[in-house]
Amino acid sequence: MTQHYLDFEKPLAEIEGKAEELRAVARANPEMNVEKEAAALDRKAETLLRDLYKDLSPWRKCQVARHPDRPHTRDYIAALFTEFTPLAGDRNFADDHAVMGGLARFNDAPVVVIGHEKGHDTKSRIERNFGMARPEGYRKAIRLMDLAHRFRLPVVTLIDTPGAYPGKGAEERGQAEAIARSTARCLEIGVPLVSVVIGEGGSGGAVALATANRIAMLEHSVYSVISPEGCASILWKDAEKMREAAEALRLTAQDLLKLGVIDRIVKEPLGGAQRDRAATIEAVGKTIEAMLKELAGKKPEALIRDRRQKFLEMGAKGLAA
Amino acid sequence: MNWITNYVRPKINSLFSRREVPENLWTKCPECGTMLFHRELADSLNVCGNCDHHLPISPRERFAALFDAGIFTEVKVPEAVADPLMFRDQKKYPDRLKAAQKDTGEREAMLVAEGEVLRTPIVAAAQEFAFMAGSMGAHVGNAIIAGAERAVKLRRPFVLFAASGGARMQEGILSLMQMPRTTVALALLREAGLPYVVVLTNPTTGGVTASYAMLGDVQIAEPNALICFAGPRVIEQTIREKLPEGFQRAEYLLDHGMIDRVTHRKALREEIATILRMLTLQPPAIKGDLPRPEAGGGAPA
Ligand SMILES: [Zn+2]
Repeated sequence: MTQHYLDFEKPLAEIEGKAEELRAVARANPEMNVEKEAAALDRKAETLLRDLYKDLSPWRKCQVARHPDRPHTRDYIAALFTEFTPLAGDRNFADDHAVMGGLARFNDAPVVVIGHEKGHDTKSRIERNFGMARPEGYRKAIRLMDLAHRFRLPVVTLIDTPGAYPGKGAEERGQAEAIARSTARCLEIGVPLVSVVIGEGGSGGAVALATANRIAMLEHSVYSVISPEGCASILWKDAEKMREAAEALRLTAQDLLKLGVIDRIVKEPLGGAQRDRAATIEAVGKTIEAMLKELAGKKPEALIRDRRQKFLEMGAKGLAA
Repeated sequence: MNWITNYVRPKINSLFSRREVPENLWTKCPECGTMLFHRELADSLNVCGNCDHHLPISPRERFAALFDAGIFTEVKVPEAVADPLMFRDQKKYPDRLKAAQKDTGEREAMLVAEGEVLRTPIVAAAQEFAFMAGSMGAHVGNAIIAGAERAVKLRRPFVLFAASGGARMQEGILSLMQMPRTTVALALLREAGLPYVVVLTNPTTGGVTASYAMLGDVQIAEPNALICFAGPRVIEQTIREKLPEGFQRAEYLLDHGMIDRVTHRKALREEIATILRMLTLQPPAIKGDLPRPEAGGGAPA
């Protein structure tokens, strides 16, 4: 697979590119021995990678969170769930492909799984509307949560959206109302609801699916009230000030854990989820399992009460917590 | 409580809360450009006498017009943590808050009160657009929770006047978390079987629309109010086309089935009482000029 490099990974791209070139030359000329040089380059690359990812700035985390090669909802469902049976449509207007969901088994137990899906190539990105849901996406989620509630199935949601789609039709069909009702439904269901932010948690479009009993975030994912670019253009009157805005917004998993907005962080492989997708998916699977275990056996009323309490108390102390 | 204290108190209230006499006694109507004399504007509840445009109105002015004889008691809102993220852009957040407090004479962007509307006891909350665009931070969350809890305690309906640019960016993720927080408060009302009526005013946008402002049992909007999730400019940039006339305005939402009614500000008081009295199985309200409240508050039996 060709590696997509982020802006700040350019020096890394050079070293890894050189190592790759050397090995290509050696493959063409079997008598040449380049392994020593190539291995040295590998070590150099790893040191650099470790350095780059040791202390990622919030803006760099935003870039990693949006990396096109990160595993998406589709990949998590394929790897972690069995018998996935997609269920489509909001029974009102359309089926929104920016939100996928359905019945599936997790560790053999039936669940409902719902997530934003961004797509992985030009065609699927357009079909998925880059993970930006319209009202139909949230209404589909509401319908699936109702189904889960009726049949006592836990709900797992995977969060990965730049935000709800700002379109004409979406507004006409009640984008705000759909998000509000989806958030309300999250608070009403008498079954365990666990969420993992796997990439971008974009504002109301994320909350609508992430108002859960337990919330986890991948180490380099972000969750914010507004994109750094949007915030910069409003408060700094300059979209180029996104680094400052990303800093000020406290949108990293580490800050959200401090603020009590999320419950746990899932560690990513060195260099981010995109460098070892299988390991990332496995770690997310373990986290979902652990969160569901914490909630197993709780009565519906207790699940609803605890969820409400969690949000009523949320953020009461700010960063001083 | 006798009627003298009832009548004196709101006057004192308004004396203290009124900002210094504005140097500018005239306001230009943003719709038709007519110059409106401030006293006449106040008498017409900030509605333009020429084109009927509804200008912003402060929660205190709103409550004075809404409640019988202008009498209301503020519901205490628990103090939120100040500057939870230690946020700074070009200004420090606490400095922005101080400036807004100075401009509006209010502590924050939402005021909660209890009182009677045509002898119908209610709890009401109103958003102050002049305070950092009525943006939703922990205070607004606390205000809605306090209002809903008070309504449940007194077994009264809850009426909310929304006016907001959306999230309080300076509170970051904690602003976003007010969406589920306020939704929990509304669940308390629902479970207690109490009506929740929302009045959407110009403008109500963003995360506010996508939470408590769209979850009313009855949704009323003031004429021509902009009500949306994404603002028209953001949409025009995204879809690269011009939006139709009246897009996202109250009447447009009414046409698209998103709200129940569009009601003139001057008619709201009677309409709210009429709806609430039916939803709470009370006899019709006595409309028009009411006699002064009886000793004891005059709540209907
Ligand atoms: Zn006018």
